Amino acid sequence: MDAEISLRVDGESHRLTVDTRTTLLDALRERLGNTSPKKGCDHGQCGACTVLLDGRRSLICLALAVAHDGAEITTADGLAPAGELHPVQQAFLEQDAFQCGYCTPGQVCSAVGVLDEVDRGWPSHVTEDLTGDVELSHDEVAERMSGNLCRCAAYVNIVPAVQQAGGAR
Amino acid sequence: MTDLLEPRAIGQALVRRDGEQKVRGTATYAYETPVENPAFCHPVQATIARGRVTAMDTAAAEALDGVLAVLTPFNAERLASTDDAEYAVLQSPEVAFRGQLIGVVVAETSELAREVADGITVAYAEQPHDSELRTDRPDLYAPEQVNAGHPTDTSEGDVEAAMRSAEVTVDHTYETQMLHNNPIEPHATTALWEPGADVPLTLWDSTQGVHPDRAAVSEVFGLDEQQVRVVCPYVGGGFGSKGNPHANVMLVAMAARALPGRPVKLALTRQQMFFLAGYRTPTIQRLQLAADRRGRLQAIAIDVVEQTSKVKEFAEQTGVPTRMMYASPNRRSTHRLAALDVPIPSWMRAPGECPGMFGPEVALDELAEELGMDPVQLRIVNEPDVDPDTGKPWSSRHLVECLREGAQRFGWSDRGPGRRREGDWFVGYGVASSVYPTMRQATSTANVRFERGRYVAEIGAADLGTGAWTVLPQIAADALGVDVADVEVRIGDTRYPTASVAGGSSGTNTWGSAVSVAAREFRDKFGTDPHDGDEASGDVDQAAMDEDHAAYAFGAQFAEVRVHADTGELRVPRLTGVFACGRIINPRTARSQLIGGMTMGMSMALHENSVFDPRIGQVANHDLAEYHISVNADVQQIEAHWLDEHDPYVNVMGSKGIGEIGITGTAAAVVNAVHHATGVRVRSLPVTLDKMVPGLP
Repeated sequence: MDAEISLRVDGESHRLTVDTRTTLLDALRERLGNTSPKKGCDHGQCGACTVLLDGRRSLICLALAVAHDGAEITTADGLAPAGELHPVQQAFLEQDAFQCGYCTPGQVCSAVGVLDEVDRGWPSHVTEDLTGDVELSHDEVAERMSGNLCRCAAYVNIVPAVQQAGGAR
Repeated sequence: MTDLLEPRAIGQALVRRDGEQKVRGTATYAYETPVENPAFCHPVQATIARGRVTAMDTAAAEALDGVLAVLTPFNAERLASTDDAEYAVLQSPEVAFRGQLIGVVVAETSELAREVADGITVAYAEQPHDSELRTDRPDLYAPEQVNAGHPTDTSEGDVEAAMRSAEVTVDHTYETQMLHNNPIEPHATTALWEPGADVPLTLWDSTQGVHPDRAAVSEVFGLDEQQVRVVCPYVGGGFGSKGNPHANVMLVAMAARALPGRPVKLALTRQQMFFLAGYRTPTIQRLQLAADRRGRLQAIAIDVVEQTSKVKEFAEQTGVPTRMMYASPNRRSTHRLAALDVPIPSWMRAPGECPGMFGPEVALDELAEELGMDPVQLRIVNEPDVDPDTGKPWSSRHLVECLREGAQRFGWSDRGPGRRREGDWFVGYGVASSVYPTMRQATSTANVRFERGRYVAEIGAADLGTGAWTVLPQIAADALGVDVADVEVRIGDTRYPTASVAGGSSGTNTWGSAVSVAAREFRDKFGTDPHDGDEASGDVDQAAMDEDHAAYAFGAQFAEVRVHADTGELRVPRLTGVFACGRIINPRTARSQLIGGMTMGMSMALHENSVFDPRIGQVANHDLAEYHISVNADVQQIEAHWLDEHDPYVNVMGSKGIGEIGITGTAAAVVNAVHHATGVRVRSLPVTLDKMVPGLP
């Protein structure tokens, strides 16, 4: 069964027809030609499909497109205008926080989400003081970024990249 | 002996040239190739572990709107070559392992293809399968050779006699687990068959080598190599699993040929990858060490039992590093295989060296304990003057220096003989050596051309995160004597000159050699003031392929572990590696590769485990929720350092290869640290709580 929905992706509005089984990830990748979010597992287990969905990081392989009519999506490609980079992206480059690059757009979107969550004072599993400000410590970043698998294992560089971007805000 | 290039661009920590596309997600991986009106494939897999497909009911599927083709063993084209059984896709109804490809559905959308594939009813004549690896199997056999052409067995002197007469001996069996490569980019292809075109078959395939990929595909389909083009500018990780094409590549090419003119896409699901994309065999290693009181080895022996599939043999060379690591007058190594009804094992990062540096490096730790000797010192006293396996001198060997520098950087001298407890945690230190052979492939060619004021180097190389896009310009710049900013490199396409596979840590060594020869030819022909369009090509420098020396990279890894006294929870707060791996072309990308290898080694030690259920003949935990790889929170401090090593016998860059050495020895260092912390000796990987808790003090 098909359904018509609207999506706003990286600042551009789209009207599209999707199978009601189509995930948001496949709607972007296979219908709209936006392949910035990646498919690594299709089961919400690897984090490669992470985007900002209505402002919050989200695994869009687990989201049905038809249930997100009218959603606002920012992929890694939409974080900065062409020719420029978001501070998180710049920090990933400088810290060499990736190798093959396949998990990277998801890592980048996840990191943008993490910085926002920390700004809002949301605690994580490793936050000692649940009521005060959250410090962007190694353990905080590593914990919050653990939903994004990196098989090349750039973790040692991802944490300082996120901290660098956090400090640069 | 080779005069090394004067390093100007070489040695600079340049940022990745493909970095911006990767952090934005605009680098196009195979499945993402923009093509007009693609069709989508979904494979059908066997749900028995052995037997025969007797019927497949596809009529209803084929009648559905939007279904373009359904291929099965009963209607698929007959392939020109079925010599490689892995590639004989849909050529027979026989089923050799659970998960084998028995069909493919091609449809207008991926949702429909999947629905239809999952709905096809298959009738089987099932036979009993045999898929359990055990050392007491009567049918274990010696393969003709093991991977990379090594002899199956070696023997020198009399190990048994040395074991009987030695003052101290160790005789234990160690096990490494089944492991799956699991690159985050699945094995994926976009394929287009255009009959009548000059190049009728185009594959945008995720591969570690476009030319080896093309060679395999063209043979299977009976095409001339020039009739196939393989394109792969970016690879989302491979770790060996994309070194050779697997059956999925042949399947998508068949689907494309069934739909002439229409591009088709196929990506294996994560679950399918556990059946079809290769894996590292589990290994069972019996180690025997005999030594005198001063720790000098009198004998070292490794007897390996591991598995292959019945349908295609792959013999991991697990015993090979034991042949050359340490001096000993009496030596033995053997490999025996069980041929089972299981998926086909293949390359995974450092085949041979990775599992093969587990048993021996833990056994050495056990020997050090027996002797009351420092495990670093034990390795140092067994340093061989020449390669014990071949008798050749080393091109360079700085293992002892790595051990000493690593010990100093890590603070190894803080390691007391007794147990240390900090609060609820036992703390321990462990060490192991690392090794990887320095390989150079025989064939690779590069072009260098002057184009609009810049130098362009072309070679069909692959960058799987290894940095080829970035380091090949550095090599070309120094070979041409120009600024690296004036060099452009084009890779990942069979339209460029032939490149060897990105495997065996040989990519940079091999392609860099071809690029530097092409640069030299260019300068010889056109001097320093070339004209637009001037072009020269060069092959791998055969003269630099020194056969008189044994060439290896070495390293030492130190691990700190913390084990919770009550729960056995295990943490690795620190890993320090020091490597002697020749000249480093780009410190930024090199450090990432070495740390990545070490982290994967830690992941092997603690997390990864393909739990194979022999009753059904499949990996039970075949996804990333249950096949655990180390995540960010598992990693704290991991450092990789290297010595400034100058080796004139390897290649003109002086590089030895760094992609694989990082994963060798890590798991042993962790296991040895666990023993130091707790007194519990874990001889089978991974180290899980159930193996720890009963023995905790």
